[in-house]
Amino acid sequence: MCTTCGCSSDENGVKYTKLDVHEHTHDGHHHHDHDHEHHHHDHDHSHGHSHSHSHDHGHHHHAHTHEISIVDLEKDILQKNQLTAERNRGYFEALNIFAINLVSSPGSGKTSLLEKTISDLKDEVEFSVIEGDQQTNNDAERIHMLNVPVVQINTGKGCHLDSDMIAKATKTLAPKSNSVLMIENVGNLVCPAMFDLGEAKRVVIISTTEGEDKPLKYPDMFYGSHICIINKIDLLPYLKFDLEKLKENAKKVNPHLQFFEVSATSGEGLEQWYDFLKQSLKQ
Amino acid sequence: MHELSIVTSVVQSTEEEVKKINGTSVKEIYLEIGKLSGVEMSSFLYVWPQCIKNTSLEHAELIINEPEGKAICAECGTAFDINAFFDSCPNCNSPFKNITQGKEMKIKKLIIQ
Repeated sequence: MCTTCGCSSDENGVKYTKLDVHEHTHDGHHHHDHDHEHHHHDHDHSHGHSHSHSHDHGHHHHAHTHEISIVDLEKDILQKNQLTAERNRGYFEALNIFAINLVSSPGSGKTSLLEKTISDLKDEVEFSVIEGDQQTNNDAERIHMLNVPVVQINTGKGCHLDSDMIAKATKTLAPKSNSVLMIENVGNLVCPAMFDLGEAKRVVIISTTEGEDKPLKYPDMFYGSHICIINKIDLLPYLKFDLEKLKENAKKVNPHLQFFEVSATSGEGLEQWYDFLKQSLKQ
Repeated sequence: MHELSIVTSVVQSTEEEVKKINGTSVKEIYLEIGKLSGVEMSSFLYVWPQCIKNTSLEHAELIINEPEGKAICAECGTAFDINAFFDSCPNCNSPFKNITQGKEMKIKKLIIQ
């Protein structure tokens, strides 16, 4: 636990950093040596069969009648994540916080779109941001420049955010009611697909510099999303990129997808996206 | 490599069950992981031995059932097999469908001693 602001770095190597007005480097956190001694359970089998390894077979009469139990569990493997996600969702709904989970491959412009959206709308809409990256606070620092509350989650070796990380980050962030919470997931088009965070909408971002067949190559992500933002449309004149083909492919995977075609750089198409955000907050 | 989280989750849930009934180890574990679940079986099996070390699952036999993908067309009601989310109805070519099988990710049964 950081004594300066109370942000925690837990035992899984996941680190939470809230960027506040006070700048501090978390020097102390890096020295956790993680010498997980619990791997060395000595198991001093006190219940009878002390394996003496003397191989004098026959003398021991292993009398321990271990009962065999059959447990029909029928339990979803990710049930725990799902339960925490639903708790997050309930919390967000009660406070009218419109939470969106932004997923994409690295470099599609998630952070740029966030920056642009926040700087254009921040007089009308209250924002807070959770940034997910394996390492560095770079993204959170970019958002912090816009003066909105932001928590950086560093997943360490993890390739996605999960609902428990969001629950913890939300406590640190304390987002206001009637606000938009943007959760920028780790740049990865595969792993985050499976982990519900408790968001109201999952938004997949793809840029025109990527292939039109991406939805077919990474169907899980497109299948699980509600909205598809196509970014960098200002570059279309310079690229061999078939926008209609991309939409067609995405619709094959998920016919319910709602599209926005934007450029975070030129501002093209952002009006519709902004209207959508404002509308969603009123509902 | 989300398979690591998934295997870790299986191990945690199993350990809880073993503890509940004061068992010592798991003899057999039955999982159901559908073909459309998004789990890459080779990755799953790669991390499995590492994750079960020093747990009650260490010597357990792992039995996995992998249900094939099945769907019902939302437009014409045709039932058909699907290999990928983007497969459309073979009868009317509609992409709108309800997936009825293949997304499972479950611990079905444990045999604990």
